[in-house]
Parts: sequence; C-alpha cells; structure tokens
Amino acid sequence: MDWPFLFATAKTLLTGVPLTLRLAATSLCAGFVLAVGIAALAGSRFAPARWIAALYVMLFQGTPLLVQIFIVYYGFGQIDFLRASFAWPFLQQAYWCAVLALSLNTSAYGAEIIRGAIAAVPAREIEAARAMGMSGLLLRRRIIWPQALQYGLANYGNEAILLLKATSLASVITLMDVTGLAYRLVSKTYRSEEIFTVAGLIYLALTFVIATGVHLLERRLTPCRQV
Amino acid sequence: MEPIQSATGALSASPVISATGLTKRYDALDVLRGVDLDAHEGEVISILGASGSGKSTFLRCLNLLEVPSGGAFNVLGEDVRFRMKGAERQIADARQVNRLRSQVGMVFQNFCLWNHRTVLQNVMEGPVHVQGRNRHEVREEAEKALDRVGLLNRADYYPSQLSGGQQQRVAIARAIVMRPRVLLFDEPTSALDPELVGEVLKVMQGLAAEGRTMLIVTHEMAFARDVSSRVVFLEKGTVRVQGAPQDLFKGGMDERFDRFVSHFSRQG
Ligand SMILES: Nc1ncnc2c1ncn2[C@@H]1O[C@H](COP(=O)(O)OP(=O)(O)O)[C@@H](O)[C@H]1O
Ligand SMILES: [Mg+2]
Repeated sequence: MDWPFLFATAKTLLTGVPLTLRLAATSLCAGFVLAVGIAALAGSRFAPARWIAALYVMLFQGTPLLVQIFIVYYGFGQIDFLRASFAWPFLQQAYWCAVLALSLNTSAYGAEIIRGAIAAVPAREIEAARAMGMSGLLLRRRIIWPQALQYGLANYGNEAILLLKATSLASVITLMDVTGLAYRLVSKTYRSEEIFTVAGLIYLALTFVIATGVHLLERRLTPCRQV
Repeated sequence: MEPIQSATGALSASPVISATGLTKRYDALDVLRGVDLDAHEGEVISILGASGSGKSTFLRCLNLLEVPSGGAFNVLGEDVRFRMKGAERQIADARQVNRLRSQVGMVFQNFCLWNHRTVLQNVMEGPVHVQGRNRHEVREEAEKALDRVGLLNRADYYPSQLSGGQQQRVAIARAIVMRPRVLLFDEPTSALDPELVGEVLKVMQGLAAEGRTMLIVTHEMAFARDVSSRVVFLEKGTVRVQGAPQDLFKGGMDERFDRFVSHFSRQG
C-alpha cells in the first residue's frame, strides 16, 4: 500500500471538511426552523394548512435530492422575479444554492420526525395536565415539547447523519467539499479507489462523532432510563 | 333534592359541584341521560355502577375533559358557560375552565404522572406553573404531601421506577398540593395489583377523614360502604338510586343495586 500517497490524499481531503460541516450545520439549522413550521401546519386545525404541509413533504421526499439541487442551481436563474429579488446575490453562489436545496429537503423529513415525536407523547399525560388547568403554550412548554424532544432526538440525529452524507451531492455544483476535492484529485491522478476510500473514511469519522454526540445528549435528556 | 349533612356536620349553603340534567352523547350513543348530582362541602360520594354505565364520562364532564351535550353545571358557585357551534356545545370561556380545573383535583385510573419529571417535580408542577405560587413554599408543601402519602424518600425517583401503588399515591399528592376544593377519583385502584390496593385506599381514607369533598368512582364495595357519606348508583347513564351507605348496603332499597353488590361480593 502506498502510505505516503494515502497520507497526502487525507491531508488534501481534510481541507474540505470545514465546508462539508458548514453545509451540513447551516442546512440542519435552517431545515429545523422550516421543519417546525411545517410540523405546525401539519398539526393545524385547518384542513388547508394540513394539505399544504402534506404536499410539501410529498414533494421533497418524493423527488431525488440531486434533482432538487439542479433545480435550485440551474432553474432559479430562469425565473425573472427571483433575479430581481434580494435573494439573487445568494442564489448566484453555488454554496447558497446547495444550502437552500439541502435545507428544504431535510425540513420535509424533519417535519415528519417532529410530528411523530409530538404524537408519541402519551395522551393521558396531556390530559392530566389539562385536568390541572394547563393549556396552550404552558402545556406545550412544560409537558409536550420536553417529552417530544426525548422521543424525537434519536431520529433527528439520524437525519443529521443522512444530511451530512447528502452534502456530498453539493460537489456536483462545483463545491469543493470533501467529495468535490476527492473528485478533482481523481481526475488528476486516476487513483479513484484509494482516494474515494479515504473520503469514505472521513465521512465515517464525522458520522461517528455526530452519532456519539447525539447519544450523549439523549442520555442527558432521559435520566430515568439510565438507572 | 335535599341538601345532605356533611361529614363535619356543617350544612353548607351552596354545593361545591352541582350538575342538573347532565347529558352526554357520542354520535348515536347516549352515555349520560340526565344526571342530577349536588356535592356539598365535606361530602364523600362513592359512584358505583356497572362497566359502561357512564361513571368515567360523568366524572370527566365535571372536570370538563368532556363537554356535556346538555344540562346545567355549576362548580364552586360559578355556572360553567357554553356556546353552541352548529349542533355541538363548546366551552365558551377557556380561562374559566382552566380556573375551575385548577380547583378540582383529578386522580386517574392509570396515574398519568409525567414521565419526564421526578416525583417531586410532578408534585410541584401545578402549584408553580399553573397557580404561579412561590417555588420555595410549594416545595415545602410538596414534601409535606409526599411525606403524607409515605413517599418522601422517593422524591427524586422517576415515575417509571415506582410501583403502581406508589405512582397512584404520588398522583394523589400531586392533586392535593393544588389545594383543590373537591377531589375526583376515577377508579383509582382498578389498575393496581391486589396487594397494592390497600395502601392507596388508606391514603384516601385519610383525606376523607379530613373533611375533604370527594367524588370517587370505585368498585371497592367495602370502601364505599365504610368511608363514603353517600353512595350514588349509576345505571345506563342515569342515577338509579342514591343514599347513605348504611341504608343502601342493608339491602332492600333497590333490587338492581342489591344484585350489583352481590355480584361484586361474590367476585371479591
Ligand atoms: N370518547 C368516546 N367516544 C365514544 N364512546 C365513548 C367515548 N367515551 C366513552 N364512550 C362510551 O360511553 C359508555 C360509558 O363509558 P364510561 O363513562 O367510560 O363508563 P364507565 O366508566 O362506567 O365504565 C361506554 O359505552 C363507552 O364505550
Ligand atoms: Mg370508567
């Protein structure tokens, strides 16, 4: 095995890690905010709001992420009012196109996770709170959300890992993340197996860190299951 | 209906809870068909009846967990206000309902403790966050309440670490720190293993002896006979018969009630 080459490759690819992480973290945060909004629509009393949420989820879960990235990157420039809007300086940059597509995509999955987590809160515990005079925001803040967080955290952690891996698709619109750098290196050296193996190991390490972090957070939030 | 002498001998002017002609229907099913019941200060009322006779529904109406389809309803001297939306009755004033609920304690068959909070946090939740009382004072009172149900040494446990009987005693402590004017119990011992029933009944007996106003749905005949000041027998959504336990349990007042009791004694 050509250790010096592998080390050199790792050194090059590691310079893409900050971009990979920035893509993932930005999209995760923006996606979460969107997901909360979509989940709120999905749980609304008004049927049209629920339809909009269902359509949104179906749209983004039912089409490939790569296609979504292409639509944002190549398609949005054709729309006149977007070109005239404040968003255009952002949409001209591949980075923000990738963030937008990733955020929209992860928010659809996130909304489903949030909805499931809220639905998992035992109805009778909510009833006990109501029977005591709790309602509205107080009921959500004290009883529903803390429990939903416990139920949803593991799933959202999985989504974060899927998202991290999905950022590699951003390389197709010229971004030099870990995958983008790997691809460029391959086109120079033609040593694709070694280079993509190193890239894979880097993703594996990042995934492991995230999974461990989520696991620790989960343990902290559910002290009753530790004993 | 005549006002009934309370356990302390006092005769209070207006009932704590008063239901007149309470009805509840689900689609085609008439669950309550006009229930009249006044609960006066200090009364301990056992509500008996076969499964499906509407006992839980009645109790849940008193706490407005169900909106009654018809009838008038007064809690602590306040008429509960409803409004019509189409053919359906709704609560008119959510703030009124929350206010009333915080003064009407409810203990459920399945305890319904909040699993993400410790025993002490469960007990302190209502007084601190619903009633806005001082945390330090509440803590003292909560510890007193836990001591009283014999669980002060479990204050930092989570509900999942307790037996059913212990959970139900915590639920009772959680209800009484709200300083409710009336306590509602819906089959508080039915989900318990037989050997755990006694510890919960003992706590309830202590509350009754304090002169608290209580409405208890139960299948514990001995408890109904010995502890309550009045027994109400529900059948198919109406009050079939009611009276002092010594009169009713003597037998001969109502044939259906006698048969119901003998059925349970045979089982027990
Ligand atoms: N939410 C509901 N929807 C439809 N039917 C209900 C509902 N709740 C109770 N019922 C029905 O009302 C009847 C009385 O129920 P319940 O009050 O629980 O009786 P009990 O507590 O005396 O056993 C039962 O036939 C039950 O199936
Ligand atoms: Mg019942």
